[in-house]
Amino acid sequence: MGNFLQSLVASIDPYMMQILVNVGIAIVLALGLNVIVGLTGQLSLGHAAFMSIGAFTSAMITIKTGLPFSVNLMVTGVVTAVVAAIIGFPILRLTGDYLAICTLGFAEIVKVFFLNFEPTNKALGLTVPNAKTVIPMPIYVWVVVVLAIILVTFVQSSRFGRALKAIREDEIAAEAMGINTAKYKIQAFALGSFMAGIGGGLYAHFLSYINPSDFGFLKSVDILSMVVLGGLGSVPGTVIGSAVLASAPEFLRFMSQYRMLVYGALLVFLMVFRPNGLLGGVNFTELLLRAIGRKPAGKGIKQ
Amino acid sequence: MFLQQLVNGVALGSVYALIALGYTMVYGIITLINFAHGEIFMVGAFIGLLLVSYFKVNVFVAIIGAMIFCMIMGVVIELVAYRALRKSSRLSALISAIGVSIFLSSLALMVFGADAKGFPDGAFPVRQIHVGDADISTLQMLIIGVSAVLMLGLEFIVQKTKIGKAMRATSEDYNTSALMGINVNRVISFTFALGSALAAAGGVLVGVLFNAVSFNMGLMAGLKAFAAAVLGGIGSIPGAMLGGLLLGVSEVFGVAIGYSSYRDAIAFTILVLVLLVKPTGLLGQKITKKV
Repeated sequence: MGNFLQSLVASIDPYMMQILVNVGIAIVLALGLNVIVGLTGQLSLGHAAFMSIGAFTSAMITIKTGLPFSVNLMVTGVVTAVVAAIIGFPILRLTGDYLAICTLGFAEIVKVFFLNFEPTNKALGLTVPNAKTVIPMPIYVWVVVVLAIILVTFVQSSRFGRALKAIREDEIAAEAMGINTAKYKIQAFALGSFMAGIGGGLYAHFLSYINPSDFGFLKSVDILSMVVLGGLGSVPGTVIGSAVLASAPEFLRFMSQYRMLVYGALLVFLMVFRPNGLLGGVNFTELLLRAIGRKPAGKGIKQ
Repeated sequence: MFLQQLVNGVALGSVYALIALGYTMVYGIITLINFAHGEIFMVGAFIGLLLVSYFKVNVFVAIIGAMIFCMIMGVVIELVAYRALRKSSRLSALISAIGVSIFLSSLALMVFGADAKGFPDGAFPVRQIHVGDADISTLQMLIIGVSAVLMLGLEFIVQKTKIGKAMRATSEDYNTSALMGINVNRVISFTFALGSALAAAGGVLVGVLFNAVSFNMGLMAGLKAFAAAVLGGIGSIPGAMLGGLLLGVSEVFGVAIGYSSYRDAIAFTILVLVLLVKPTGLLGQKITKKV
C-alpha cells in the first residue's frame, strides 16, 4: 500500500506536486477561517496564530513522542481548539473591528512568544522530522482536505451551522430567538482553529522546517483573502479562492520580480470587479440543475 | 532616567499618533480599516529621503514635499481601489486595501531594493540638550514639535473650517449628509488627503530618527498605529493622539526595563487588556445597538 502510493506520488512532477500540496494546506486553513468569518461573521485577523500553535505542537509531538501522525494531528487540533476557546471566551464579547484588532494583537503576541520560547529554538526555528506514517505527505494532505470539505459542508447545514448563520445575519435577533450567541461563537472559533491547527501540523511536516516569523500578519491576511475572494460562507468558493491565491504566486513566477506587484494589483482588481467574491451569490445546485436541463435558463444565478 | 525615557517615548508616540490619525479619520467616515495606510507612511519616508539626498533640500521642505506627494497618492488610491467598493461588503474593501498595501510595498522593494537606506550625514543638525538629568536631542524636539504643529493644524481644520464641519457631519451620518447637500465624495477624498499627509510627515520623521528607510517599515508601524487608534477609540481624533502617545511611552518603558525582545508584543498586550475592560477603547463612544 505504502509503496504503491509512494510510486504514485513519484510519478507526478515534483514542482507541480509542491503547488498541489500548498493549495491543499491553504484549503484546510481557509475552510477553518471560513467557519469563523464566513459562517459566523466574526472578523479574525489572527488565523496564522492558530496555525503556528498547531505547527509547533505537532512538531513537538513528533520530536518528543512516537505517536502516529493521525493521532498527532488529532491531538494538535484539539490543543489548538482548546487554546482558541480560552482566548475566545473573553475576546468574542467584542464586536466588529474591535474583535479584528484583538485577534491581530493576539497573533502578534503568539508570534513574539514563539520567537522567545526556548523549547522551540526561539527565532532559529524548528527542524521537523518526517511524519510517522507510511502514506506520503501529498496524499495525506489531500485526504485531510476531503475530510475538511465534508466536515464544513455538514456543519453548514446542521443545526449548529444554522445558528452560526443566524448570528452572522443579526446577532441581536439570533439572541432573541433563544440562540446562546456567546457559546456558539466560541464553538465556531474553536472549530475554525481546530482546522487551522491541523493545517499547521501538515504545513510543519511538509516543509520540515518552521519559523515563528512565517506565521505573521501577512499569513493571516493571505488566508483571509482566500476566503473573501472565493465568496464568504461558500465552501466551493473557499476551495477555489484558496486554489487561485495559493497557486497565483507560482504561476506568476515567470514575471519574477514583478509577481508580488501583480498579486497585489490582482487582489484590488478582483475585489473591484467581483465585490462578493469569485463565487459569491452563485448557487451550485441551481447551476447543476440548469446544466442538466431541469430548469429554465436565466433564473439560475441569484445575485 | 525617567525623564529621558519619557521624552523618548513621547517622540515615538507622536509618530504613532500621526499615523493613527489617518486610520481613525478614514474609519470614522467610511468604516474602512485602511491597511494601505502603513505603506503610505513608508512611501512618505522614501520621498523625504529622495528629496534630501538628491535635491539637497532641508528636512522641513522634505516633509512638506512628502506630504504633498502622499496627499495625491492617498486620493488616487481611494479613487481606484475603494470608491467602487463603497456600497459592497466591508470585507471586500478591506481585502482591496490589503491588495494596495502588497502592491505598494513590492513596488518600493523593486524601486529601492531590499536594504535599508539612511539619510545623508548632516541632514538635520543633531545636538544634545541637557534638561535635568536627561539628554534631549534636537531630533526628538523636531519630532515632537512637528507632530504637535500638525495635530493642532488638524484640530483647526476639523473644528473651525467648513470642510471640517462637512467631515464631522459625514462621519456622524453618511446618508443624511449626502441629502443635506454635502459632496461626500469630496469630503472622503479630502479625508484621505489629510490622513496620508500626516502619515507622510510621520514617515520622514521616523526615517530621520532611526536613520533607516526600508520597504517593509510600513507594516509594523502601520499595525501599531492601528492598535493606537483602536486603543483610543477608533473614529475619535483625540483618542488616536492619546492612544499613540500611550503606546509609544509604554513601549519605550517596556524596553527600558528589559523586555526588549518582547518589544512588538507590548503594544498589543496593552491593547488587548484595555479592550477587555473597555470594549470600545479609551475615548470611543459606546454604541447602543438598536433592533
